[in-house]
Amino acid sequence: MTSKPLFRVLSPATGTDAQAEAEPTILQIWFNDQPLSVPGGRSVAAALLAAGVQRFRATPVSGAPRAPYCMMGACFECLVEIDGMPSRQSCLVTVQDGMRIHSQEGARDLPPLSDVNPMENAHGR
Amino acid sequence: MAANPVDVAVIGAGPAGLAAATQAARAGLSVVLLDEQDAVGGQIYRAIECSDAQRRAILGPDYAAGAALASEFARSGARYVPNASVWQVTRERTVHYLKDGKVSSFEARRVVLATGALERPFPIPGWTLPGVMTAGAAQILLKSAGEVPAEPPILVGCGPLLYLLGWQYVRAGVPIRALVDTTRHEDRWRAKRHMLSALRAWPYLSKGLQLMRTLREAGVPMHEAADDLRVESGIDEDGSERARALNFSVRGVSHRIEANVILLHQGVVPNTQFTLSLRALHKWDEAQLCFAPVTDQWGELDVPGIFVAGDGGGIGGAQAAETQGEVTALAIAAQLGVIDTAARNRSAAPLLRRLADVMRIRPFLDSLYRPRDENRVPKDEVIVCRCEEVTAGELRSFVKLGCLGPNQAKSFGRCGMGPCQGRLCGLTVTEVIADARSVSPETVGYYRIRPPIKPLTLGELAGE
Repeated sequence: MTSKPLFRVLSPATGTDAQAEAEPTILQIWFNDQPLSVPGGRSVAAALLAAGVQRFRATPVSGAPRAPYCMMGACFECLVEIDGMPSRQSCLVTVQDGMRIHSQEGARDLPPLSDVNPMENAHGR
Repeated sequence: MAANPVDVAVIGAGPAGLAAATQAARAGLSVVLLDEQDAVGGQIYRAIECSDAQRRAILGPDYAAGAALASEFARSGARYVPNASVWQVTRERTVHYLKDGKVSSFEARRVVLATGALERPFPIPGWTLPGVMTAGAAQILLKSAGEVPAEPPILVGCGPLLYLLGWQYVRAGVPIRALVDTTRHEDRWRAKRHMLSALRAWPYLSKGLQLMRTLREAGVPMHEAADDLRVESGIDEDGSERARALNFSVRGVSHRIEANVILLHQGVVPNTQFTLSLRALHKWDEAQLCFAPVTDQWGELDVPGIFVAGDGGGIGGAQAAETQGEVTALAIAAQLGVIDTAARNRSAAPLLRRLADVMRIRPFLDSLYRPRDENRVPKDEVIVCRCEEVTAGELRSFVKLGCLGPNQAKSFGRCGMGPCQGRLCGLTVTEVIADARSVSPETVGYYRIRPPIKPLTLGELAGE
């Protein structure tokens, strides 16, 4: 599920008078039901990329793997399910401790309805 | 819904939006600025208010310059609404937006669309693979998260942003596997006729030359005049397909370079989603190879009371965008009667001169970094519509069956009907169809863009 990260967080400057870049807070989240430590203070997409997630979703048409492409909310390649809400643009959502994130496999599920339980699950997750 | 309309609604918190909102608020108008991100700056000054000295040093002085603009905006008295996804602006100037899962709307007496630019599509084989991103995306990771490629990336294509990113990586101590440049000798030759004008924009030109020198001195391997670009896929440890190498050729000689991060860029184009959805008049710009809305010198569309400032009206860069924002604010202040036209003209004159100055470099850049035909009108096997996975070959087969333009391509094969609403394929689809029909892109036209500009659920819509 995770591999060698494609991106890393720059280490703080070692210079004496430089205002060093603060080490990011480490958050605990869930990705596809596995615990994952990610750097905080960034978008879900940036956090997942730094934690070694390479495949964010599979396309509804052919099931091809996809990952963030534009990082600015235009391409919709970074769609994931966050805390039960499908089709979230992970580059536009700030990562929070305890988030439960699922890769989006094919077409999205219906969003959860509070009074319907268990929620309809069209894709076998 | 607010009973009284606000004087000015500004969409987008990049340089144009910040400048327009600040100047309009200073003129005494009530201003609301809405933006999709969680902080001001747009993409060019992304995360400007929370970047520290180290990050600003890496990103360079042009980025750091955004801090002044952000702090002037913060003091201006304009209301700022972050994390707001504007999904419709009507011709009657009602602004609809989604924030924290709730929809709201309000009326505005004037609207400034400052939605900036998008990176031009770069359709080559393998451009949909994980590990392939735009150079802009990689720069956003650097600006907003201090993230850089873990292993040396390949930078591919042409244009100022590509070289700037390379320069920033060198300053951050990030090794670059290669810079694969699509610019050819004939591009340099063609651009020479704009040299005189470019020399009058010497500070910009000199900055560009310095970027290139830094890259050369850092020993970044450079390949010029690259064509036949193809991203090769591999299977990673968890069995998923991803980018593994870039294949290309230079004057008939094949090259293959391995990398797991491949960053593409061939310029930026106006983000026209709002102006198109308003049915404003647009024209094909043959120099910038894109559609741009038609405005008067103040930025007003042929839709009264709605203005465009910044790259959304045609690519000019951050300095031009900021100036256009100020010019637009003056025009609005005059229309709403807080200044008279004489005062408007007096204040606008130096701004319009500055705008003309910063735009002098553009013909040279547009000519030198004109993206190659083969990278805009790709071969049959290349995916054009990433969302619905429609290839250039399928699109050409639609044309053979009588498909005349982008809107019909939707009914022929769902091209452009995915969640990105054509942002990543629109220009390619226009140019592929124009090429197949042997007519101009202007004749073929663009997708008919309709609200919602950003997706929202029926549940969210029903909540208003």
